[in-house]
Formats: sequence, structure tokens, C-alpha cells
Amino acid sequence: MNAMDATLSTPANAAGPAEIRFENVTKTFGRMGGGDLFKAVDDLNLEIRPGELVAILGKTGCGKSTMFNMIAGLLEPSQGKVEVSGHNPFTEFNWFRGKIAIVFQNDRLLPWRTAIQNVELGLEMLEVPKAERHATAQRWLTQLGLGGHENDYPHALSGGMRQRVSIARAFATNAGILLCDEPFSALDEMTGNRLRAEFANLVRENGKTAVFITHSINEALQIGDRIVVLRRPAKIAYDVKLPRNADKAVQEEIRLKIQAVLSE
Amino acid sequence: MPGAVLLGRIARTAAPFVLMAVAWQIASLFFPPYLFPSLVAVFWRCLEILTHWSQLVDVLATVSRILAGLAGAFVIGAAMALAMARSKAVDGFLSPILTFFQGIPALSWVVFAIIWFHGIEFRIFFIMVLTTLPAFTFQVLGALRAMPKDLVEMVMSFRPSRAKIFRVMVLPSILPEILTAWKVNLGNASRVVVVAELVGATGGVGYQLLQQQQIFDMAGALAWTLQLVFFVLIVQYVLTLIETVAFRYRAVSERSL
Ligand SMILES: Nc1ncnc2c1ncn2[C@@H]1O[C@H](COP(=O)(O)OP(=O)(O)O)[C@@H](O)[C@H]1O
Ligand SMILES: [Mg+2]
Repeated sequence: MNAMDATLSTPANAAGPAEIRFENVTKTFGRMGGGDLFKAVDDLNLEIRPGELVAILGKTGCGKSTMFNMIAGLLEPSQGKVEVSGHNPFTEFNWFRGKIAIVFQNDRLLPWRTAIQNVELGLEMLEVPKAERHATAQRWLTQLGLGGHENDYPHALSGGMRQRVSIARAFATNAGILLCDEPFSALDEMTGNRLRAEFANLVRENGKTAVFITHSINEALQIGDRIVVLRRPAKIAYDVKLPRNADKAVQEEIRLKIQAVLSE
Repeated sequence: MPGAVLLGRIARTAAPFVLMAVAWQIASLFFPPYLFPSLVAVFWRCLEILTHWSQLVDVLATVSRILAGLAGAFVIGAAMALAMARSKAVDGFLSPILTFFQGIPALSWVVFAIIWFHGIEFRIFFIMVLTTLPAFTFQVLGALRAMPKDLVEMVMSFRPSRAKIFRVMVLPSILPEILTAWKVNLGNASRVVVVAELVGATGGVGYQLLQQQQIFDMAGALAWTLQLVFFVLIVQYVLTLIETVAFRYRAVSERSL
């Protein structure tokens, strides 16, 4: 990236350019019936490097989704700057085509499309030829264990299967940045655990920069290379890198620290 | 489908019509034919209309006027609804006007059209469009507003072009309401068209009805009316067929409301 970015980075982060950067970001919402503004994100500073899998952890209502929607370009910051790959995700609508993929909390499948047509959605936006996008979608559905369900409509799939389709849809475009907003929180524990493990592998195998929002300490520990704990309104309370293959004792120590921060 | 089930279904569909026919036929036994003609006479008049090109042309003319008016109102209404959904200012401007128009009787449009315009077909088209336009616009607007925000955001997250948003998200999600709107407006249009034909049309069902009235021919009046009713029923049936094919993705509950 360019020289200007380097000067903006804090010395501690100077090792590499940030893929996702929050710079003094505040987001306020107008309350129904006027009156005072409600602050959901408060002067947030955060940098995420390429290839990192960051778990963002915080209690419900602390502004995780708000922060997430600003990275996704669905919301605009009230103050400060959000940058993704050096660009503004809210204003540079077309520049980000094919660069960010999202897994939402609910599957958000289009009910009028079959499983495979749903997976092809992002590829259609990228003008990928029909035969190729069909093959790619087929490959991702098979990889996620949905072979044989290509032509099922969403209403005929279980919750876990639907979320698998939505993960396939996100991976199919091969975007470098993957954003997930509590994608497994609506699933039962067994389905969630299995999908979590598969998901973390897929992210690492495909070398993606990933932001994973969660309200569960266990999930954050199981998925993240790094855990960022937010307090309410969203501001960093604790930021820790998890050593790869950390042993039980280290994990426990981090867990206790997070618990302490969250109960403040 | 087993024969018995099919028969049962036909019986249920036919029952209300059979009942009406029987009631009419009984009335025809007690009243003179110029009040309640026998259904047999009405049937032969219907057949006569359908088998004589000179009369069938009148039916086709009216049908084309209905379809042209609806198509015009739909195109204009959909365009206005899109603009209203996109901009609060446009909505604030057009909504009161359309609501105002909704209160104007079809007959008033007939009078205005006669005073303002010369061509008969244009007058009819103008009346048909203006009487169905508000409903079409509000129905399409409602469908656009009811698009699930979740799904729209998901689609937008892929950063589609405007054309893609329309094809992938907007069209499939409002299609059910559009079909319903057509069904509703079709009924309205077939009732308005005969009034619109009073602007001086020298052909069409409305013109023929006027002729029957002048010679007190009740069987003829009924036969001509039935042509329009049949037309509405046929189009409704086609729209329902389209619905069952196009919306087979919908989950059906085994328990009804
Ligand atoms: N569009 C909005 N308008 C008003 N308030 C909002 C809006 N979106 C979120 N909020 C408020 O901002 C706070 C943070 O919401 P959110 O980011 O969804 O939290 P989380 O995802 O961490 O549970 C909540 O108190 C919520 O009520
Ligand atoms: Mg949330």
C-alpha cells in the first residue's frame, strides 16, 4: 500500500498494511420520536491485517452488528473513518464488487431460488459465465456436504443446511475478505460445533482475512487467531493474539481474562 | 387424480353458478321474458355472438380496450411506484394526487374525455388508464415497500449493478403482488370499460348493451354481459395457472388458516 497509509499506522502496527481499519469511528442512531442520539460505537480504533481471523466478542447490544455493517458498507460512520483495502466501503460501492463476502446471522437465502441458484448469486453479480458459475456452486455445495440438495428450495432444507448454503454462497465468489455476524448462533450446539470447525478450516485453507462476530467466549477461542473484546458502546476493552495451537493452560488464562473484562 | 375427487372438485366449483342459474330459471317461469328471459334463450344468444364474426368483433374490441388500458396503467403505475419508493419527495408529491384521482367516478372521466379529446379509441384508453392507475401504483408501491430488508441487504452486499438488483431481487419479490394487482384491476377494468364505451363507440360490448336496452331485449343484454364475465374468468384462470407454476417455491402448510 502507499506511503500515506504507513504514516497513519501507529508504530506498534507498522509491521504491515491494515486490510481493515477503524479510525476514531463513532456511530450514533437517531431515536424514534427525536430527542437525543444513541451511541452504538464510540471512538473505535482497530486494525486488522491481511490473513488474520479476528473474533470480535461482546455482549449482545454492544454494537457488534453496527460495527460489522460499517465494514460491509451497509452503514456509514457518523464520525471517523472506516477503510477496507484502503477504500471506503460505503461510498465506493462498485469498487468492492467481489471483494467482500458475508455470512449473516440468519441464512438470508432467496426463497424463490434453489440451493444451487442461491450459491450462484454472487457469481452472477461478477458476470461469471453460466457453466462456470454452475460448476463452482456445485463444488462448494459438495464441499459443505450438500450434494444431492442442489435443486431443493430453501423451505425444504433444515436450519443447519440453510446456513451451509449461505456459507457456500459466501465462499463461491472467492472474495479476499470474509465477514461473519454470529453465523452459528441460531443453530443447535452439535450442528454449530461441527460447522464451526469446518468453517475455521475453510477460512485458513483459502487464506482469507476474516472478521467473525460472536457473543460466545468458547466460539471466539475456538475460531479466532486474535480476539477483540468490545465493551458497550463498542470500544476495545481487550485485544489478544492467540498463539497457534495454544495449550489448555494458555487458553484458560485468556478465558479468565476475557471473563473479567466482560463482567466489568 | 382419482375420478371421484375430480368430480367433487368440479361440483364444488360449479355449485354456486348452478344455484344462480336455477334461481333465474325459476324467476323466468313467473315473469315475462323482457324481465327474466329463459336461460335457454340467453344461451342461444351467447352462441350467436360467439359464432358470428360481426358480433364477435365487438367482444374482441372491448377485450382489447381492457387489456390496452390495463397494460398502459400498469406500465405508468409501476414506473411511478418505483420513483415513489426511491424518493420521499416524489412520494409526497404523487400520493395525494393519486388518492384524489381515486375519488373521481369513472363517469366523470367519461365526461372529461369527451370534452378534452376527439379520437374515440384514445378517449377510451385515457379513461381506462386513469381509472385503474391509482390502484396499480399503490399496489406495486406496497409490494416494493414490503421487500424484506434482510434479503435486500444480502443482495446489496454483493454490490450488484442496478439492472441486477432489479432482476435478482426486486422483480421476483414483487411478482406475486403484481399478479394479484392484475387480478383485482381486471375486474375493475371490465366494469369500467362498458361505461367508457359510452364516449361514442360504435362497437364493443358497451355499445351493444345500449342497443339491447333500446329494444328492451333482456336476453341480449345478459348474453353480452356474460361475454365480459367469461373473459374475466378465463384471464383469472390463466393468472392462477401462472401463480401455481411461478410460486411453487413457496412452502405450503398442511394446515390451512
Ligand atoms: N438502526 C438502528 N437504529 C437505532 N438504534 C440501533 C439501530 N441499530 C442498532 N441500534 C442500537 O445500537 C445498539 C447496538 O446494536 P447492535 O450493533 O445490533 O448490537 P450487537 O450486534 O452487538 O448485539 C443497540 O442498543 C441497538 O438498539
Ligand atoms: Mg448483532
